[in-house]
Order: sequence, then structure tokens, then C-alpha cells
Amino acid sequence: MAEIVLDKVTKKYGDGYEAVKSMDLEIADGEFMILVGPSGCGKSTALNMIAGLEDISEGELSIGGEVVNNRAPRDRDIAMVFQNYALYPHMTVRENMGFALKLAKVDGKEIDAKVEEAAATLDLTEHLDRKPANLSGGQRQRVAMGRAIVREPKAFLMDEPLSNLDAKLRVQMRTEVAELQDRLGTTTVYVTHDQTEAMTLGDRVAVMKSGVLQQVDSPGNLYNDPVNLFVAGFIGSPSMNFIHGQVNGGEVELPFATIPLNDDLKGAAGGDREVICGIRPEHFEDAELIGDHLGDGVTFEAKINLVESMGSELYAYFESGSEESGKVEEAASAAGLEALAGGDAGQVVTRLPPESKAKRGETLKFWVDPDRLLFFDPESGNRLKS
Amino acid sequence: MSQVKTAISDRARSERRLGWLLCAPAAIAMLAVTAYPIGYAIVLSLQQVDLRFPDEGGFVGLQNYGAVLSSDLWWTDLFNTIFLSVISVSIELCLGMVIALVMHRAIFGRGVVRTSVLIPYGIVTVVAAFSWQFAFAPDTGFINHLPFIADDKDWFGERFSAFSVIIMAEVWKTTPFMALLLLAGLTTIDDGLYDAAKVDGASAWQRFTRITLPLMKPAILVALLFRTLDAFRIFDTIFIMTNGAQDTQSVSILGYQQLISRLNLGLGSAVSVLIFVCVLFIAVFFVKFLGARQPDGSST
Ligand SMILES: Nc1ncnc2c1ncn2[C@@H]1O[C@H](COP(=O)(O)OP(=O)(O)OP(=O)(O)O)[C@@H](O)[C@H]1O
Ligand SMILES: [Mg+2]
Repeated sequence: MAEIVLDKVTKKYGDGYEAVKSMDLEIADGEFMILVGPSGCGKSTALNMIAGLEDISEGELSIGGEVVNNRAPRDRDIAMVFQNYALYPHMTVRENMGFALKLAKVDGKEIDAKVEEAAATLDLTEHLDRKPANLSGGQRQRVAMGRAIVREPKAFLMDEPLSNLDAKLRVQMRTEVAELQDRLGTTTVYVTHDQTEAMTLGDRVAVMKSGVLQQVDSPGNLYNDPVNLFVAGFIGSPSMNFIHGQVNGGEVELPFATIPLNDDLKGAAGGDREVICGIRPEHFEDAELIGDHLGDGVTFEAKINLVESMGSELYAYFESGSEESGKVEEAASAAGLEALAGGDAGQVVTRLPPESKAKRGETLKFWVDPDRLLFFDPESGNRLKS
Repeated sequence: MSQVKTAISDRARSERRLGWLLCAPAAIAMLAVTAYPIGYAIVLSLQQVDLRFPDEGGFVGLQNYGAVLSSDLWWTDLFNTIFLSVISVSIELCLGMVIALVMHRAIFGRGVVRTSVLIPYGIVTVVAAFSWQFAFAPDTGFINHLPFIADDKDWFGERFSAFSVIIMAEVWKTTPFMALLLLAGLTTIDDGLYDAAKVDGASAWQRFTRITLPLMKPAILVALLFRTLDAFRIFDTIFIMTNGAQDTQSVSILGYQQLISRLNLGLGSAVSVLIFVCVLFIAVFFVKFLGARQPDGSST
């Protein structure tokens, strides 16, 4: 039972590279905190500093109210689950799970009882006397979890624990991890680069980019209320569309439509100016299927150049036709959104119901929800809010 | 269905035959240079062959073996050999492990460290033996001029002081080889395991004894096997330093003296065959009893 507080924690590696920059983060007792970000953004480094596997260059880290900067991992009472599981190959499942307790000189019978209890929870009982090399990926993953939970530590640290599993097993284990954390109520920091995992698992999600914490919030707030282009583009799949727009007296002119602004958005723009307008794919609709709400939104026509059917939904793409998509690309690459910076900025993706008649090469009448626009500053990439 | 099966087994069979064919030249060469001399030694060991009395030849059965095994000399020499092997290989293992750990963790100058460690191994044994002998020579060697050592200590005048110099020379010469073999084993261990062990609460020593050592068992066994076989046949160093004086003779020197100095090919061959049997026994012991299982439970 412990809260974890990072106070301006910084990591500078030997070669001078600053992997984590002045990170402030408070993880409440019992909270499930997700650290998410693209590869190389410093998530593992941050986690390893909490674990004590990497020294903290600057700042203060406390666990359960005590500053632990100078404590060895063994004195921090935390358990860790590694991406490649790091199971001891020469020990059986039972020995793997009991290793920490054995080192702590816990009585042999007690170790056995605890290991067996954890094994029962994780459905590992029949595998207790096998070696890790002979287990399946999912079983190994569970052994790694088991090794963490038998210790009843102050906190769990998990570094991409599911990324070596196949897609289906990953979804299944995701649920199990969430349930387990819920039941044990142990403070957990969970690192992932998969934003779906982040959105479905955590109480709160911390989004990182190049060593800098961008936003810490509930999954819902991250999705609906991102602080900048990076968070907006990183969270959500398919990601948010960014379109260059010009605010002009209560309206924003997009290349394919002119949309009247509500008071909030007017306040956000604060007068006539250039903006990057963010619209999530699901805030577009097929105008034919919208029914009564037709009058609430703006309609426009566009020629579809690609349709992807997912069964339960359709993704229809059209060219924004913007002359200024270069500016969007620039802003996106400055924000660290490689996918958009790669030249996709002119494409708009829309998410339509499967009944839609959208067809490649044909023109469709779209509807867009004017209340769901987000404005970003083209220079800084920050969200414009009233 | 059955046709598919025969097709596969045909392919497997022809592949196996090709394998044998490709091995054949090497196998024949091996047989020519090892099996023939061994066979010939066995034949000689069953005969009375003394080059000083060429006419008194003939088959004598196991008589030569009886002569060797009933002589005190053989047993003293066998003890010497085992004593030298056990002591020097144990020291080499410990030192080699330390050096391997240093080489593995060396952050700067890896290349320099590894190369410099290997230098002793690159020196011819005879040269190394002479260097050590000169260093320990009672009058001219520098060792006796070091503080705390009697100026006139005669290192080669007494059995166990002679042994200690021999062991030092052996250790100095072959520790690098040991270290290199151990380093190879060390690099196969996933660094993540150490992180896991740190988080699990293991101290540096516990990480070494509970992670490093068990996982290095195969590498340690290979290193021990190679070195024990080598050490058991120790010859050059003793030959140079004492030539077997003060009861420091090894079985190899015994065989050499019977064969070359006394020209008694029958007895000498019997000694050689006995050494061969010992070596074979050591090899089988290591491979069979200690090396049969990998630490992760799969068999080799
Ligand atoms: N020992 C090191 N020395 C120097 N730089 C390092 C070291 N370890 C990591 N880095 C750098 O720090 C940055 C962050 O690395 P880290 O492993 O924390 O990334 P990550 O967010 O966990 O990425 P991934 O999702 O790929 O695991 C990377 O740019 C990496 O190059
Ligand atoms: Mg990582």
C-alpha cells in the first residue's frame, strides 16, 4: 500500500542523452497508472528509475512517503513484470515464484502456501514443477505475474507485459490483469506503447513523448480533451484528422466545408486566425443515415478514394483538398506524430456505419458534428481552449 | 499418404548418407592419426619390447601392466598428477571466473583487456616454464630478493615448494584459456535476469551464486573438462623445472622415461595406455554424470 510520487525526476544517460525530462507524476495508493508513448520516449527508463534499476539523475522519487532515490531495488519493496518475462530458466515455476520470498528468508511452508495460492489464482497449479522453457507464451506471462503477486509488494511495475503475446491472448490477459489489479488493490504502474491497452486498462493514463510528460488524465478526458496535437493524434484509432482551417467571423473555413462555431470554439479561437482543426473520424457521418440530426450539423460532398470495411464499421477516406496541408504536416512532425508527418495530412478518414453506401471513386454526402471540433495552434501545437 | 511418407524418408536417408560422405575424409584422417597409434600402443603394451634386448621379444599378455601397477613409482606419479591437476584446475577456475567477470563488465578498453589477458596463453609452454624457473632460481631469480622470502630458498630442492612453482606456472599459462571459455558462457546469460533478481531482492553475491553459476554450469563443465584433460597430461613444465626430481614426476614423464630413456617400449606403452584410460575415464565422468542436463531442463 503506497503512493508513488515523482518530483521533477530526470534521467541523463552516460552519453548525455536525456531520456526523461523533469517528470512530475503522482500515483495514488491503489491506483492503476498507465505510462504510454511511442517507442523510445522514455517509458521503460521512467519505470526502471521507480524500480531502482536506473539511477535518478535529478529530482526526487518517493514511495509510500519515503524518498527512495538512494535505495537499492531490494529495499524498495516493489515487484516488476518484464517484457520478456525474465524468468529464471534453471528454476521450476514454483522456484521462480518463490525466489523473492526465499531470499527474504520466509519460512519454507509459508512460501509453498503463498506460491500455491497465487498459482491457483493464475491457473498455474498443474505447471508448478515445470521449467519455463517448456511453457507456452501465455503461461510464461502468468508465471511472471505470479512471481510479482506472491510477494505482496507495495507496488507492481509492469513493462509492456503483454507485448509478446498474440493479439487474442493479449486481449484476454488484458482483462485478467485488470481484474487482478482490481482485486489486489495494489498500486500499479503499467508501461505500454499500445494506446488501446492504455485506454482500456487504467484509472489514469500518462502520455509521454521524447522524455516529456504531455498529459495525465482519465482515458475519457485524454480522448475528448487532449492538451496538444500529440496527445490528440496518439490517442484513438484511427487517429484524429488534422485539417488546416481559417477562422473568419464566427465560422471556420475548412477546405471542404465552412462550419459555424459555437461559443466555446469562438472563445478558443479568440478572433480571426489560422488554426489546425481536429476532427475524430466518428464525428463524420453519412448524411443519408443521420436522420433527424441532419439539421444539427454541416453537410458537404466529397469524392471517396478508399473504403475499408471492418464488418461493424466502415472507414471511408477522402482528400481534404487543402492547399495548406504542408503546414499541418509541419505542425504534426514538430509534435512528433510521424504517421501524419509522412504525407498523410491531406487524407481525411471518416468512420461510418456499415449500412453506408460509401464506394470507392464515388461522391458521398457527409455530415459533420460542429460541436466536436478541436482547435490547435499551428505554431506550438497546443490546444486552443476558451 | 504412404508415398509421401516414403518420399520424406528417402530424402532423409539420402541426406544422412551425404552427411556421412562429407564427414568421411575427416573421419579417415582422424582414424589414421589417432586410432592407429593408439592401437599400436596397445599391441606394444602386450609384448616384451626392449630396444636394448631386441631378440627377447614376444607376447607377454598383461605382464607389463602388472609391472606398472605393482610399482610404487606409478602410484606416486599418479598421485602427483592428480594433485597437480586438481589444485591447478581449481585455482584456474576461480581466477578464470574473476577474470571472465571483469572482461564481461569492462566498460572501457574491452579489446585491450581481452587481448592482454590472452598473452600468457600465446606463449610456448617451454618458454613460460623457463621464465618461471629463472624467476625462482635460488641465486639469480628475483623472487628470492623480494621481501619476506628467504634469500637462499631452494624452490626446486623440495617436493611441495617445487609443486607450488609448477602450479603457479601452469595457472599463469592456462587461466586465460579458462577465462575465455567462461566468458563465452557468461555472455549467454540474459541481463534481464539480473534486473529481475535485483528486484526480487538478491544481493550481488546471491545473484552470482543463484543466477550466474547455475546458468553457467554447461560452460564451466566444458572448461573443466578441457582443462582437466590437459592438466592430467602435464609434461613440459615439470620436464623443464625438475625433470621429475624430488618426487615431482607426473605419469606422462614416467611414460616418456620408459619409452625414450630406457627404451622399454612394452612398459612405456603400458603406461601410455593407462594414461589414456585415465583420460577417457575423466572425459566420460564429466560428460556423463555432470553434463547431461542443461539448466533449463532440456537435455543436451
Ligand atoms: N543505457 C542507455 N544509454 C543511453 N541512452 C539510452 C540507454 N537506455 C535507453 N536510452 C535512450 O533513452 C531513450 C528512452 O529509452 P526507453 O528504453 O526508456 O524507451 P521506451 O519508451 O521504453 O521505448 P520502447 O517502447 O521501445 O521500449 C531512448 O531514446 C534510448 O535510446
Ligand atoms: Mg521499453
